[in-house]
Amino acid sequence: MGVLEGRFEENVLTTSLDWLFNWARSSSPWPLTFGLACCAIEMMAAGAARYDLDRFGAGVYRATPRQSDVMIVAGTVTLKMATRIKRLYEQMAEPRYVISMGSCANNGGPYWQHGYHVLKGVDEIIPVDVYVPGCPPRPEALLEGIIQLQKKIRRETIAKGTKNRVLHEI
Amino acid sequence: MKSEEITALLGEKFGEKVLETRLDGASTWSVIEPTAIREVCGFFRSDERLSMDHLELLGGVDYKDRIEVVYVLYSMKHRHRHILKCRLSREDPRLQSVESVWKVADWHERETYDMFGVAFEGHPNLRRILCPDDWEGYPLRRDYKAPKEYLGMPV
Repeated sequence: MGVLEGRFEENVLTTSLDWLFNWARSSSPWPLTFGLACCAIEMMAAGAARYDLDRFGAGVYRATPRQSDVMIVAGTVTLKMATRIKRLYEQMAEPRYVISMGSCANNGGPYWQHGYHVLKGVDEIIPVDVYVPGCPPRPEALLEGIIQLQKKIRRETIAKGTKNRVLHEI
Repeated sequence: MKSEEITALLGEKFGEKVLETRLDGASTWSVIEPTAIREVCGFFRSDERLSMDHLELLGGVDYKDRIEVVYVLYSMKHRHRHILKCRLSREDPRLQSVESVWKVADWHERETYDMFGVAFEGHPNLRRILCPDDWEGYPLRRDYKAPKEYLGMPV
């Protein structure tokens, strides 16, 4: 949590600051540069010229978790990789968000039954904000996931109380 | 060289160390005595008539009663191919390493060790390559039971 969050009652100042913070955060959700499997190819396609993630401010892939806001888990989370993913997530500065991209990251996908080496969903180890279904999802689906995440970010508040105060506004 | 000539040469050179040969199928293979595999592979690589300079594949197969290690050899020079097999016991699969013959066998043997538990004697760095170092069991064996959890994570 930052120095401001959860310290003030809701008032004109906090709601105005909320607007400013949420505008800034939702306008630049910079992802962490990493891909795990074929979903990463679609993620790269979404970042390239044809689909252009930069339109949503999300095209600035950072090479370090310290500078990233969003972790796009694009691909199969093997048990060997899961420990690394958890560490990367813990190294990200708050506020941090996770998009689980594709069936493998959502729930193990085709490895659900016989995948002895696959974690059955990345939400077993880190909290996930948006799930993008597909195998792999098309770039449009990832764009939709980012738009949903931006909507979620715009609902946040620094005032005391629950983080997602105005759920009905969506 | 034709497959018949290769197997004839092999039989002539190694005699009873060649346990079985099949020529009629889609691919021709010879079963080699496990203790002779390093020597046979060295011969295949260095002999001018064979000159198998490329190890296409090295892998394991679990046949329930035994474990086989398969070597697919190819000669870029003569453009011929031959397959060698070694039959090993399930209880203690051991085999000589051919890493000194073909450098590429290094990682292939590590993978076969990782998946089937075949111990390659003389390998310079025989440890797991795909699974984590602390993994238990050999996943591609038929009697393998997947763990319920790994480092606290449910599988």
